[in-house]
Amino acid sequence: MSKSGGDGTNSGRRMFLSGTTSTLFAMGAMGLATPYVQSWNPSTRARAAGAPIEIDLSKIPEGSLHVEEWRGKPIYIVKRTKTMLESLEKAADKLRDPDSEDEQQPHYAKNKNRSRIPAILVVEGICTHLGCTPKYRAGQADDEFWGFFCPCHGSRFDLAGRVYKGVPAPTNLKVPPHYYADEGTLIVGNEERETT
Amino acid sequence: MSLREAASNLVGWVDYRLPIVKTWKTHMSEYYAPKNFNFWYFFGVLALVVFANQVLSGIWLTMFYVPTAEEAFKSIEYIMRDVSSGWAIRYMHEVGASFFFIVIYLHIFRGLLYGSYQRPRELIWIFGMFIYCLMMVEGFLGYVLPYGNMSYWGAKVILNLVGAIPIIGEGLQIWVQGDFVVGSATLGRFFALHVALVPLILIVGIFLHIVALHQVGSNNPEGIDIKAHVDADGNPLDGIPFHPYYTISDLTPVVIFLILFFACVFYFPGGGGYFIEPPNYLPADKLSTPEHIAPVWYFTPFYAMLRSVTIDSFGLDAKVWGLIIVSGAMLVLFFLPWLDRSAVLSMRYKGWPSKIMLMLFAVSFVFLGVLGAKPADWAPAWVAPALTTIYFAYFLAMPVYTKLEKTKPVPGRIGAKSG
Repeated sequence: MSKSGGDGTNSGRRMFLSGTTSTLFAMGAMGLATPYVQSWNPSTRARAAGAPIEIDLSKIPEGSLHVEEWRGKPIYIVKRTKTMLESLEKAADKLRDPDSEDEQQPHYAKNKNRSRIPAILVVEGICTHLGCTPKYRAGQADDEFWGFFCPCHGSRFDLAGRVYKGVPAPTNLKVPPHYYADEGTLIVGNEERETT
Repeated sequence: MSLREAASNLVGWVDYRLPIVKTWKTHMSEYYAPKNFNFWYFFGVLALVVFANQVLSGIWLTMFYVPTAEEAFKSIEYIMRDVSSGWAIRYMHEVGASFFFIVIYLHIFRGLLYGSYQRPRELIWIFGMFIYCLMMVEGFLGYVLPYGNMSYWGAKVILNLVGAIPIIGEGLQIWVQGDFVVGSATLGRFFALHVALVPLILIVGIFLHIVALHQVGSNNPEGIDIKAHVDADGNPLDGIPFHPYYTISDLTPVVIFLILFFACVFYFPGGGGYFIEPPNYLPADKLSTPEHIAPVWYFTPFYAMLRSVTIDSFGLDAKVWGLIIVSGAMLVLFFLPWLDRSAVLSMRYKGWPSKIMLMLFAVSFVFLGVLGAKPADWAPAWVAPALTTIYFAYFLAMPVYTKLEKTKPVPGRIGAKSG
């Protein structure tokens, strides 16, 4: 039935036993590795701290920068005025990625204003170059630079967080996942169901 | 029974159960090392000395350090100000890290100079490179622990680099840092890795490096195989027992090294902003990036290579290309034994192309180090790519120039006049 060596050893049985034991050991090793690998994931506490945040938009004045913190990152919120939205069109030819081709935003923010509601900008305030926090610049005069200016290495972004050409930052500012629970309440950190 | 007899009986008793006498003979009193070791051969022993210093001072630091985002920086201040002699222990550890790399860089250069990586010492070289890579990991982890502002931003830049790996990067980054931001979770695991896991693997690596060396025997500045000429007992004619000859003679460089080391510990602990960068005297601040982010000096050559790519190409980000180049620069080191096709080992007998290439390589590595420590716009943009090209040319062109060049004849014995 099974092959036998000259000295009476049953090599088929040997092969079978070594094969099954090694397979079981390999499976066991994988099982053993599981808790070790999983323990490195963000803990429940860290995940709770990274839970979505709620922002009451009625308290934010038009045209100025409002900063919230989510997962340790500054979230920039600007209720853009009509003039501000018009400034977006003018800047277009100076931008590296005016149509937001790079995956720096959820699909619902891939539009000309990079926002879910046209007027309201929600971006992460982290320069895509080396992670500094860009400063908000929106003055009165029409010809002045409007947008975000990074003091570290001089990167510039417009009021939709789109990066200018010829600066160190490679991509547009990131738009975090967000949705509006109702007209005046913004939730950052989660995406609502598609249909409502 | 005299004391001497008692001691010899004890040795006999143990030796019957544990091969201590044989081990001592194989690795010390009957390990024949070439008689012509020079200056460049001090650095192996010195590396062991620094390693011992790192282990000892490191263990003591763990007694006072607290690996959390809130307490880490404060616990370093506590060590520096309140723990008796705490400053001395921390400075020994911190200066030791830089000295470890100085010693290792010179030790590696010795290998390149005298062909110590060539047949039959390929495995020694591979274990050595493995140790070098682990040291870089260890250095990075250790630099994050004080949680100064450069610790924080350095960690962030490196972890963002992990995040730049296509597809798996983002998830991997969060897994490694253990939170959505660099914080306590990150410090906790970096601490565990820095004080336990990596040192344990390092010790195994060093053990294998030395055992493999003693198996084939040490190379020497002439690159002559001393085992080719042996006396009646089979001992190399051009070799001398490691103990007592080299154990005693190595004491002098060790003393000189320790004088330099402690001069630094006491009078120059910050290394002029290179051993500890100025922003690291401030606690980590996630809202304020240091003006200019640069890694510690021993990483700067690779950092310069990382930054040298500024153009996206072939559908990959410049950042990803930087990562590929740096990984390549590390990986190519491991293949060196098979890239060198020369019939001779030592630079003394290799041809001028080898000499020029080694010189260019060393110069490019040092200059990359300088570039990496400076702001990105400090030198014209073409310099870093050019130096990176030289770095790779040294390795990738090596099979050609070592094969084609004219070498000098190697004498059979050390001290004999050639040709």
